[in-house]
Amino acid sequence: MLIFKNLEQGIRVIASRAYSYTTKEMTVLEALNSALHEEMSADPKVFLMGEEVGEYRGAYKVRLLKKYGPERVLDTPITEKGVIGWRRSCPRLNEVEEILNKYMLQAIDHIINSAAKSNYMSAGQISKYFANTIIFRGPNGAAAGVGAQHSHWYAAWCGSCPGLKVLAPYSSEDARGLLKAAIRDPDPVVFLENELLYGESFTVSAEALDSSFCLPIGQAKIKREGKDVTITAFSKMVGYALQAAEILVKEGINAEVINLRSIRPLDRSNINASVRRTSRLVTIEEGFPQHGVGAEICASILEESFEHLDAPVERIAVADVPMPYAANLERMAVPQIDDIVRDVRRACYRSSLLAAAA
Amino acid sequence: MKFISEAADKRIPCYRVLSDDGYPIAGSRFEQVDKETAVKMYKSMVTLQIMDNIFYEAQRQGRISFYLTSTGEEAINIATAAALTSDDVILPQYREPGILLWRGFTLQEFANQCFGNSADYGKGKQMPIHYGSNKHNFFTISSPIATQLPQAAGVAYSLKMDKKEACVVAFTGDGGTSEGDFHAGLNFAAVMDAPVLFICRNNGWAISTPISEQFRSDGVVVKGQAYGIRSIRVDGNDALAVYNTIRAAREMVIHEQKPVLVEALSYRVGHHSTSDDSTKYRPVDEIEHWKTARNPLARFRKWVHKNGWWTDDEESELRGSIRKQLLNAIQVAEKMEKPVLAEMFSDVYDDLPSNLHEQEKSLRETIKRHRQDYPTDVPV
Repeated sequence: MLIFKNLEQGIRVIASRAYSYTTKEMTVLEALNSALHEEMSADPKVFLMGEEVGEYRGAYKVRLLKKYGPERVLDTPITEKGVIGWRRSCPRLNEVEEILNKYMLQAIDHIINSAAKSNYMSAGQISKYFANTIIFRGPNGAAAGVGAQHSHWYAAWCGSCPGLKVLAPYSSEDARGLLKAAIRDPDPVVFLENELLYGESFTVSAEALDSSFCLPIGQAKIKREGKDVTITAFSKMVGYALQAAEILVKEGINAEVINLRSIRPLDRSNINASVRRTSRLVTIEEGFPQHGVGAEICASILEESFEHLDAPVERIAVADVPMPYAANLERMAVPQIDDIVRDVRRACYRSSLLAAAA
Repeated sequence: MKFISEAADKRIPCYRVLSDDGYPIAGSRFEQVDKETAVKMYKSMVTLQIMDNIFYEAQRQGRISFYLTSTGEEAINIATAAALTSDDVILPQYREPGILLWRGFTLQEFANQCFGNSADYGKGKQMPIHYGSNKHNFFTISSPIATQLPQAAGVAYSLKMDKKEACVVAFTGDGGTSEGDFHAGLNFAAVMDAPVLFICRNNGWAISTPISEQFRSDGVVVKGQAYGIRSIRVDGNDALAVYNTIRAAREMVIHEQKPVLVEALSYRVGHHSTSDDSTKYRPVDEIEHWKTARNPLARFRKWVHKNGWWTDDEESELRGSIRKQLLNAIQVAEKMEKPVLAEMFSDVYDDLPSNLHEQEKSLRETIKRHRQDYPTDVPV
């Protein structure tokens, strides 16, 4: 029994070792932390500061703290404007700020009026002296039963601001590659994570596991090729779009799913190229509809690919209400897979119903 | 059960060295300032005063769009600058151009920034009086109030990590202490043991809000203790007292590596800015009183005069010369070309992104097609 067990264990160990040279299963949270670890060990100027955000995340920070010491991993008093204002002027240091992005509003003045604008308003003087490299990262958007003040998506607000770069990873590979790119980027980056994705596991390729791996900022990724309709999404909605595409293919609709990855700069050329191939567009986001990311994408398509459209652009967003708390109401306020399926059918003229709620 | 009273029996006393007549107050301990430093201080205070008058008039004549004076606070400006070293990093609010002046920023450089011409270090991207200069260790001024306070804690932490023999000096006014950033900045500096010297210029007015409507505490000095920060109140119109206080505070900040708070009491003689008319909310005789009887220049001049270090002839010669230099600087700055078109798109990001590159190209094409509609004084 013992021998058998050992043999089984032995086989598993060897198999997993062989497996790790090719691909690996990683949760988004593990991916983010692996990226942090690698960047912090590669460059002594990188440091992390933020407020305690919860048990399991605290546990990860504790490991970073043990490895890099209190000078590079700083726990701070609970004041977002302090955390961000503080770092805004820490010279020659690349910093990763971890705050609950849902509380970003309390530091929004420093993010917009300081981080985004001061390089421009000082004609580069402030950044010649002090590095402008800072990442504001943390959970963002709806997290299931946390109410309106904890469920706001900031992609549209931050995405409209020149001077910032805004990223929204979906998979573990996105998380690794984009966080590393953000840390190495000289401009301020708002890194919008999603709490519900933290525990989700994805296969990460060997290339993405390499410590030099980095994804380009400003490039979207075509997650699923198709020819009938283009669906753009970011963060959690990418997963929903992919699932909707699987349902639609059975009805003969072959959807192309684009993972935006980058909200600002928006990959307008790739999105337009896709729409020119498919002639139809559905945008999905977990943010509010008015002035949202989808609205910007619509405008871009109208400006550059108007003649190629065969149908009006469809936008899917959360309901235009502060996010309700009750589970049933929340479910109805957030886009679901069947909403996406229904909307794509309408874009493909397969549905006779015009009302959004069918 | 004992409640701490909301107000102490006595207000925190104020450190002074010179009486209103320019005589050292008996019993006041202070470090003597040598002739060279004292004369340089006085001349700088005069220069600042005249610069403020002339630029203010220039705005009124429509030659610059905006200006903000430091009238009445010349002692805080110059005496603080004299007490620091050039390695100390300044994070100003906006009423501290005297620090730049002391450190060698020329009248022409001030004028260039106000006119936003091609020689402006800010490349015309900021409003007038929002000076910034790397070589003078003076952070570019940012309009939102008190945002520089938490930033100061960060800069100081970095100096600390580099073990520099220097500190950060962050300014704010009485109004700024009501901002959330004041709390965040001081708390962070205290918790992080950041070497910041916080200087609050309590000049009695935050635009039209008097200090009686700003806080219920005994001014700003008492707030230091709430954060575990050592603090002191000084007569901001007494140049010698300010000099001595800042010297001592700086020593503490650097050698003990912790923040210190200085409240400098003064009076904002001028309007808040050229967008304000303070006679609408305060009596004219109050302004006159502080302009004349409580004038910091007059007080310091009396002391310098008594020491035989300054004469009336030198005074009129200096004033005439500064005035001429300023009028000349304004003329030169006004005639100078504005920054080139490309500067509109630079420094948004580290590298020029493709969308801005396209916009610039498109703009240049439009200018070529409609040359006659494009202003002649903006170089392409």
